[in-house]
Amino acid sequence: MIDISLVLNGKKITDTVDADSLLIDFLRDHKCYSVKRGCETSNCGLCTVLMDDTPVLSCSMLTARANGHKIYTLEGLTEEASEFVGFIADQGADQCGFCNPGFVMNTIALLRENPDPTDDEIRAFLAGNLCRCSGYEGQLRGIRTFLDSRKKEA
Amino acid sequence: MEHKNYNAINKSVRKKDAMQLLLGKPVYTEDVVPDDALVVKLLRSPHANAIVSEINTKAAKLVPGVVDIYTWEDVPNNRFTNAGQTYPEASPYDRLIIDRHVRFVGDVVAIVAAENEKAANKALKLIKVKYDVLEAVLDFHTAKDSKLLVHPEDNWVAPCEVGGSNLRNLVASEESSQGDVDGIMADCDIVLDRTYHTKAYNQAMMETFRTYTSMDRYGRLHVISSTQIVFHVRRILSHALGIPKTMIRVEKPRIGGGFGAKQTAISEVYPAFVTYKTGRPAMIIFSREESQLAGSPRHEMEVRVRLGASKDGKIRVLDLYTLSNSGAYGEHGPTTVGLSGHKSIPMYTGSLEAFRFNYDVVYTNTMAAGAYRGYGATQGIFALETTVNELAEKLGMDPTEIRYKNMLKEGMIMPAYYNELASACALDRCLDHCKEMFDWDAKYPVRDMGNGKVRTAGMGMAMQGSCISNLDVGSATVKLTEDGTFMLLIGAADMGTGCDTILAQMVAECMDCSVDDVAVFGADTDASPYDSGSYASSTTYITGKAVEKACMELKTKMCTIAAGLLNCSVEEVYFENGLLKRINTDESVSVKDIGVKAQLNNPQIAEASASHSSPVSPPPYMVGMVEIELDKLTGEVSIIDFMSVVDCGIPINPALARIQAEGGIVQGIGHTLMENITYSPEGKPYESSFMQYKLPTRLDMGKLRVEFEHSFEPTGPFGAKSIGEIVINTPAPAIAHAIYRATGVWHREIPITPERIAMSKPEDNK
Repeated sequence: MIDISLVLNGKKITDTVDADSLLIDFLRDHKCYSVKRGCETSNCGLCTVLMDDTPVLSCSMLTARANGHKIYTLEGLTEEASEFVGFIADQGADQCGFCNPGFVMNTIALLRENPDPTDDEIRAFLAGNLCRCSGYEGQLRGIRTFLDSRKKEA
Repeated sequence: MEHKNYNAINKSVRKKDAMQLLLGKPVYTEDVVPDDALVVKLLRSPHANAIVSEINTKAAKLVPGVVDIYTWEDVPNNRFTNAGQTYPEASPYDRLIIDRHVRFVGDVVAIVAAENEKAANKALKLIKVKYDVLEAVLDFHTAKDSKLLVHPEDNWVAPCEVGGSNLRNLVASEESSQGDVDGIMADCDIVLDRTYHTKAYNQAMMETFRTYTSMDRYGRLHVISSTQIVFHVRRILSHALGIPKTMIRVEKPRIGGGFGAKQTAISEVYPAFVTYKTGRPAMIIFSREESQLAGSPRHEMEVRVRLGASKDGKIRVLDLYTLSNSGAYGEHGPTTVGLSGHKSIPMYTGSLEAFRFNYDVVYTNTMAAGAYRGYGATQGIFALETTVNELAEKLGMDPTEIRYKNMLKEGMIMPAYYNELASACALDRCLDHCKEMFDWDAKYPVRDMGNGKVRTAGMGMAMQGSCISNLDVGSATVKLTEDGTFMLLIGAADMGTGCDTILAQMVAECMDCSVDDVAVFGADTDASPYDSGSYASSTTYITGKAVEKACMELKTKMCTIAAGLLNCSVEEVYFENGLLKRINTDESVSVKDIGVKAQLNNPQIAEASASHSSPVSPPPYMVGMVEIELDKLTGEVSIIDFMSVVDCGIPINPALARIQAEGGIVQGIGHTLMENITYSPEGKPYESSFMQYKLPTRLDMGKLRVEFEHSFEPTGPFGAKSIGEIVINTPAPAIAHAIYRATGVWHREIPITPERIAMSKPEDNK
């Protein structure tokens, strides 16, 4: 067992975890149910969370590695996500929704790093986020419409 | 065609659950259940065909936290099917909860129930099993009438006569034909005889199979499962456990994708058995590996097409034989295969003089197949559309021209489709539209890009159904609330498709209200009216019509209540623009007035339920065209553009219809270029994770463009047909066609990987 202390969605928490505890399980145990497991091999991107503002796959990270770091899940970034996810909803591209939290988290990371990405930059940044329902094009249309609307407002 | 100004139909309304899903709210099976459930894990067979001669669970049961372990000795000996189909099912009763005879690598040997995952995993390692390993049936070509039997047991039962026999490894077989097939074939200028092969693709929905079970406050089994078929699951569990249906409640929360995989009860029986035995809540979550190796994938099929044509490109006769591999169990085996002929041949009704369609479905010692979007049509359409493309290339005709010469048109009777009338068919307009949008004449020629790469194009057409005719039952209950809003209860399952929203749009249209004024609940066997479930592309077409009927009935009841309020006879009251008006007067009451009155000294219930079935299954139609760039050296294929035009009748929600099409096309691209299931010589599948089973990413699908050609289906709700399945059918023939154009090689087996392209040459064409 290992004692850890980290900041989860802005709140400091301390806990004792198994040495082999994975961050995804720790987060779900702490009621961050947005974090989904879609594979066990780091291939799908569903479990994406931000560690010190960098997107990481929580299924492939030991909880102990998060010790002393700042973790954000979608539960903690609802406001930032709400700026753009409605545009994806308008395309119907949410579909089954199981990939949405990971995809939305990675989109947040993209837009923080590159506020005005091209379509190809969006595709490349989000390439690790699988979606079996939407065929991706509707997700792209949603992000594109958001970016265009933001430009108009500016 | 009918044109109407609708209030809520043909509008791209946001999905009712969209913001919950996009903001990651806890709405899926694993999120909504208590934490104290027993963890259920399955010990699976490492052998493709074996008898469990000894099994010892003593040491495993001593692991702290292990609650119980069950083997073949502990389960009932009544066979059932896991297939979610209308009773009596076409699929054979060939399953036990645990069978002593294990029939594929991954078949269940023991069920472990433990307080936590670590204890369950440890117990799995400590169960000692001795197997009598038997020779396995691994080649589906030689399975029929083999001396080795997959199901030698004497309590194998086929509830329906579908031409199967467990003593022949035969799940089903049938022969059908019309006209003088052999005579016309002999008279044809050109005869093509081609065989095509498609694989057992996994649906790979993002949420794997999972089920939670507990005993409710009445001592009934309460099941919360990620399923498309709550009512069928209730029946399957009743059969498997031998308990009455009144003792079982099945509900679904939000579902993380299905695509047909969850039209089979893959995970439900195991925790249900644990809860039934222990009385405690139990939960199973399949790993991705389990979903890959013991799921419910597409039926591998080999389709032989014999096509007879005149030299001017008139397709006169078609003769199809399909050999389908059902794997170790027969779920959906007898039904999927039929679509490979009945939903491909009718596209050529325009010129066809005769057809024959025969099939065999066999057992082998591989993963049991099930339902996957397209359901056999996908396999048959790849075969037939590629044959027609081969004919066009052989005759030097443009493949669009050969379609125009032969295609089905509105008003024709389709002999190969149970003599149904093509009552709404815009296939010809889909082709016109797609050809122009895609710029076919410019993209079809092979263009050398000067860097070892060539660009060219290919095409395919498709059809599907809109339900299972004379079988599916869709139902809806619509209730009026005292504030004048409505509640819609359904037994169909929104698995991400948006059917909750689409059906709410229909209520809004019928009741002259906003979609926001309609709440939807489903699906729950205790609360929902009976519905066969969400499959066979049927929800919009069948359940939608039930919604329309229920709304009609509710309006009649509301008129009765209004008559009381207006002190007139019910015959004088009519519904218009959200008001109940008295004829020839200015008097009216609002829907809200009715809602209030319904709860105050009132004997007339303000709700209505209706069911619907259809004697026909009107096909949607589609044309798909692809432009590829192929690297001649490496064999790599890049999709540049995939464009398609769909006739799904009147789309109720165009945005959701478009997403269905785009998602289906990308799945089809995956099947054609990269996804594969292969087996070791011992029958162990290699593609156990997303490392090996590669799904298309957003870098693999090029640019998609989907448009619609409207037709008006008179038997559908507001003119609608279906969209969910047809959309997966055009990529395989279109891409295989383009690869031929680029390389001169016809690849008649998918996936067509870069290796296969690089290693093949035109001389290999037979």
